[in-house]
Amino acid sequence: MVRFKNVGMRYGDEPEVLRDISFNLESGSYHFLTGPSGAGKSSLLRLMYLAHQPSRGNVSIFNHDVATTPREKLPNLRRRIGVVFQNFQLLDHLSTMDNVALPLRISGARRETIQEHVAELLAWVGLGGHLDAYPRTLSDGEKQRVAIARAVINRPSLLLADEPTGSVDQEQGSRILRLFEELNKIGTTIVLATHDRSIIEHYQHPVLRIEKGTVSIFCNLAKDKG
Amino acid sequence: MFAQHTDLAPNRDSTSRLLPWIIGLMVYLAGLAVSVTMVFEQVIDRWSAGLKGSVTVVIEPSVNGEDIKTEARIETALRLILTTPGISSAIPLANADVAELIEPWLGKDALSLDLPIPRLIDVTLEPNRTVDLAALTHRLETAVPGIQIDDHKVWLQSVLRLARTFELIAILVVILIAAAAGATVMFATRARLAVQCDVIEVLHLIGARDTYIARQFQGIAVSMALWGGLLGLSLTGLTVLGLWILTHDLEGSLLPAVGWNPPFVAGLALLPLAGVIIAAVTARYTVMRYLSRML
Repeated sequence: MVRFKNVGMRYGDEPEVLRDISFNLESGSYHFLTGPSGAGKSSLLRLMYLAHQPSRGNVSIFNHDVATTPREKLPNLRRRIGVVFQNFQLLDHLSTMDNVALPLRISGARRETIQEHVAELLAWVGLGGHLDAYPRTLSDGEKQRVAIARAVINRPSLLLADEPTGSVDQEQGSRILRLFEELNKIGTTIVLATHDRSIIEHYQHPVLRIEKGTVSIFCNLAKDKG
Repeated sequence: MFAQHTDLAPNRDSTSRLLPWIIGLMVYLAGLAVSVTMVFEQVIDRWSAGLKGSVTVVIEPSVNGEDIKTEARIETALRLILTTPGISSAIPLANADVAELIEPWLGKDALSLDLPIPRLIDVTLEPNRTVDLAALTHRLETAVPGIQIDDHKVWLQSVLRLARTFELIAILVVILIAAAAGATVMFATRARLAVQCDVIEVLHLIGARDTYIARQFQGIAVSMALWGGLLGLSLTGLTVLGLWILTHDLEGSLLPAVGWNPPFVAGLALLPLAGVIIAAVTARYTVMRYLSRML
């Protein structure tokens, strides 16, 4: 599903922020990505959601080597990846409904289908009454839920979430994490970046720990799933 | 529930707001240039058609200050002209016809001014025949005092050269305006791209193809160009109509009458369409080029 082999990454002429990273995430797996601030979590996620080319090594997503895949085929790969950005990246001029509908509209889904699915999902994340609201009128927690709804509306094969519970209360956080668990059960591969040790300990998925630009992968010590 | 037809943020940058007005002005200028081209085209055609294959013989009313019987000189001249090989016809113009010719300069009452007006013989040459005009001129000048032959060649060539030059300049102006319109759309699109870079990044990362994003910019550029084009066309129409009314109000015209011929009207009507095509192609090219730098 996701394979990194000796991957390095740098921004422009800056020193590498990621060095010699190698790991393999199986289809249907669920990993937490953790590490201190500035360690390179967001950069690693950027490589995974195809926002950035590695400066060296090989990144392979859905068995496609990013370096050799023709550029015109990358949008199809991106449509199979759902991303919850840390700063939400909602489009302020679009309503909640339109923001969540974007991935479906881009994929060419029918208007009726979009309306039905988006309304259903927004109701599920507790925003059924905010369909026509604009992001500037929403709280950070509500924006977070809109961003999550947008990331999962297309039933992605790979879901990448950067601190998805960072701006929501505990109850909403639990609902979101339960949604991720459900998505994982139906085969979605999930990488969830978080600082929250309680989440890592509670859900007991394997952990990708990134520190000083390198990644180590280990089973969750709280409860080894074997 | 779905309020937006475009994923891009509404126009807030000044370049984009000005674009329809700039396109409108360019279509207006191009419309004027096309009108000028059309006028010259018609003038050239009429002058060429009217003067080609003809010669005008001018018989002065007096020679060295002495009045000489004009009718007798006309008869002599006609006899010599009509016996020359290659001449199809020679028709002396009546005084009224001559007065009509000089009406643009002297007005309708030229005859009543009692001016010494020359008499003219309109000579038509046979098609595809060469006439020795030098020999004819020599014979006429010898036999008829106070006579001149004007084969229009020198005058017509100068006028045609001038008219063609104006026509070429007008075409060049239209081409330059088209290039300037393209450059304007390109800069406006770049400004929009800079303003909308966050939106573009989100669309790109959630799987939008370059063509999907480009189509949205293209749609905005097309609607602006269409709006501006129609504005420019309306202004051109009003200006041309105003000039047409003004020139038809004149007592006499130095220029042949210029009509609203269908190719000209079609040419003008196509200007907004040309503006739209330039805007669409330029916007698409600019956006696609910008996006090609992204992964």
